[in-house]
Amino acid sequence: MLYALLGGFGVAALAAWLHRLTGRHSGWILALWPATLLLYFLSFLPDINSGTVLFFYDWIPSLQIRLSFRIDGLSLLFALLISGIGLFIVAYAGRYLEGHRDLGRFYVILLAFMSSMLGVVLADNLIALFVFWELTSITSYLLIGFNHEDASARRSALQGLFVTVGGGLALMTGLILLGQVGGSYELTELLDNGDAIRQHALYTPILLLIVLGAFTKSAQFPFHFWLPNAMAAPTPVSAYLHSATMVKAGVYLLARLHPALGGTELWSALLGTAGAVTLFIGIWLAVRSTGIKKMLAYSTVMALGTLTLLIGIGSEQALAAAMAFLLAHSLYKGALFMIAGIIDHETGSKDLRDTGGLFRAMPVTAVVAGVAALSLAGVLPMFGFVAKELLFESVLDDPRTWLLAMVVAGAVMTVAVAALIGILPWYGQPVATKKIPHEAPPALLAGPVVLATLGLLGGLFAPWVDQHLLAAATSAVAGTPVNPDLALWHGINPALGLSLFSLIAGLLLYRWHDGFRTATAFTDTLAKRGPERGYDWLMAALVRIAETQTRFFQSGYLRYYLMITLLTSMSLVWLVIGMKGDGLRLHLDLRDVQFHEAVLIFTLMAGAITAARTTSRLGAVAALGAVGFTVALLYVMFSAPDLGITQVLVETLTVILLVLVLFRLPGFLKLSSTALRVRDAIVAASVGVTMTALVLFALDARLYDSISHWHIAESLPSGYGRNMVNVILVDFRALDTLGEIFVLALAAIGVLAMIRLRAEDKRHE
Amino acid sequence: MNTLLAIAVGVLYTTAIYMILRRSIVKLVIGLMLLSNAANLLIFTSAGLTRHGPPLIVEGSTEAAAVVADPLAQALILTAIVIGLGVLAFAVVLIHRAYEVVKADDMDQMKDTDT
Repeated sequence: MLYALLGGFGVAALAAWLHRLTGRHSGWILALWPATLLLYFLSFLPDINSGTVLFFYDWIPSLQIRLSFRIDGLSLLFALLISGIGLFIVAYAGRYLEGHRDLGRFYVILLAFMSSMLGVVLADNLIALFVFWELTSITSYLLIGFNHEDASARRSALQGLFVTVGGGLALMTGLILLGQVGGSYELTELLDNGDAIRQHALYTPILLLIVLGAFTKSAQFPFHFWLPNAMAAPTPVSAYLHSATMVKAGVYLLARLHPALGGTELWSALLGTAGAVTLFIGIWLAVRSTGIKKMLAYSTVMALGTLTLLIGIGSEQALAAAMAFLLAHSLYKGALFMIAGIIDHETGSKDLRDTGGLFRAMPVTAVVAGVAALSLAGVLPMFGFVAKELLFESVLDDPRTWLLAMVVAGAVMTVAVAALIGILPWYGQPVATKKIPHEAPPALLAGPVVLATLGLLGGLFAPWVDQHLLAAATSAVAGTPVNPDLALWHGINPALGLSLFSLIAGLLLYRWHDGFRTATAFTDTLAKRGPERGYDWLMAALVRIAETQTRFFQSGYLRYYLMITLLTSMSLVWLVIGMKGDGLRLHLDLRDVQFHEAVLIFTLMAGAITAARTTSRLGAVAALGAVGFTVALLYVMFSAPDLGITQVLVETLTVILLVLVLFRLPGFLKLSSTALRVRDAIVAASVGVTMTALVLFALDARLYDSISHWHIAESLPSGYGRNMVNVILVDFRALDTLGEIFVLALAAIGVLAMIRLRAEDKRHE
Repeated sequence: MNTLLAIAVGVLYTTAIYMILRRSIVKLVIGLMLLSNAANLLIFTSAGLTRHGPPLIVEGSTEAAAVVADPLAQALILTAIVIGLGVLAFAVVLIHRAYEVVKADDMDQMKDTDT
């Protein structure tokens, strides 16, 4: 199992090299990997009704993160779709992008995506699921932006990334909360724990966060806008990621978590409303589009809305409908997208209005397109019909009649879209195209033919599909064993009536679709004010905030950097003191001050203030000297003779150095205004007060025993020295001293280098 | 005495930061020197002050006196003093060199990395 998943990343890593090795047949060669996976997953099919299969591998045990995988009806359904459609997509891409200089890179990302997507649907651990989830977002970003020289492709790629990853952030929070509330990060345990989770106080935030993640990924209103833009990707990507697999990840997650989170009123209201609105807006925009890919993309939005709606309704029948619809949609939409690619590839046109009469040139493609479109329209005996019947029946059972209205209106328009795609490019007057159309080569046709045929067979053998796959999938979503009894013929009932009605109304709409487009042109202005505007506004605001924030923090002036650093650290110090400083008190005690000590301290303070305020350079150096020597005296008086000696030496050297160098520099200028000086003085004083307070607090609080006792006791016996400070420097902490010598040596080299540099400058002059 | 020294540390920090915030580089260096003194005194005071107890073992005795100053803090400060000198020497030569190139003792005029 682990090999099946992670092996894909290995194959991805080798893909570019394999492509170079095998040349123009690389598509078929690389398709062997998804084919292997497909066989592997098919091997689970006979036993799928006997329960869930789990695989465990430890990953980060300390964080409860395991690479655990589960195979039940739901994940197997997805795994089969991913590997099965992936097989044809890889072969298709090899031909479609033949000769593209980045085809190798394309394979790498596509195969990496395939493994990530399998990871999403097979993972049993929430964290692992999330990691794979984000990987699909990233690979999707790379694939949308595959033609990275095109600015609009880059924009679409970023848009898709921001929307899905933004939702991913919410999802992560939601999943972690869910893990905390449910007491485990394993789906297996969480799904049995549904009642406890639903009654928990955090249920609402968890649901909202997870739903937000799922909605952004599955392009639900108001996040639907990124999906049509994602059509900037090469067609195999649109067919695979943005129709059959990745965008269904959100739906998968909702279905997967249905036993744990579903069944509440909030769930039903949230998913039902969003799903119905998405469905309607999606198909509305689809009818209004003329670009083939755009139209398919919007009808994918419709399908995703339908799935969300069905999961939101949550009855056994609705869940069965969702699974059937999912399978049907993946089959026909994958096929239709690949056909759209074929039209583009063979004729050079991307727009319905530029095509016509192609049947004569490419009869096979035309027939396949017709079959797939029939499934999309939900016509007997296609599998799409089965799914549509179930959809109507589930919505009829739901008390919300407006849902039914939306769904029926959606179905009418879906039929129109199906007719537009299935009839318009193929029949009627031939339109002159950029290229002379030919029948597509086998690598391009294989996918559509197989998928469309499966859509037909699925309808004819609906009970078989039900028994061997969909029943198990529905049971996994419902959380209890369900037998949905799928059949092609349900008898004469209201659902069939609705089906017939939508078919006839849809065909009428197709007949007058030009008139419909003109009549509804006003909605375009509405669409322009849609959520995409919000996205643009948000991105612009983000850039503005980043700019302002950078200007503020990265001013380029040392003093502002310092001020921000100082004020932040001071605030943090006082924050901590305020929060945790209950036991602290200022240690104020002036009784033991002796007169000469007081005089020294005042000299020190006077010296420092003079050094800061004087306008004469010599005065400043003298004041600095006074400070340094006073400090030396303080060291001596408080039992630190070594420090005293060193300080005197250093101070002498310093004064000489300063006098030598400073007097080659100009005198002090008054560069800042008084107001600025006052501001700086306030900042400086706040630091000074904080440091004084810290010392006074520190004197009173000793949290740990000093380690000096050991140094004092061991100085003579271990270090053979009577001067403890010396022993520490050259023995106990000799490495520190070595480091110090190193610093001094570096400084000396630096000084030497700068002086030599100057000498050379002089010589050149 | 601790109190008085703590105030002195505060004054040293205040003057040091004030000088570092100036535009003149010479003042910046003066600020750095004050800052190193301030930090050393901070450590010195926090370790506790001891009168008449240098961390020495007198000749003939095998043990330290009962009350001696903390030798570890002193060792740390000693290292700091010396490194402070190294930094200062480097900084002083650097600003001198910078002045020769830019011809100004004003950080706001040092905008290019090319001169």
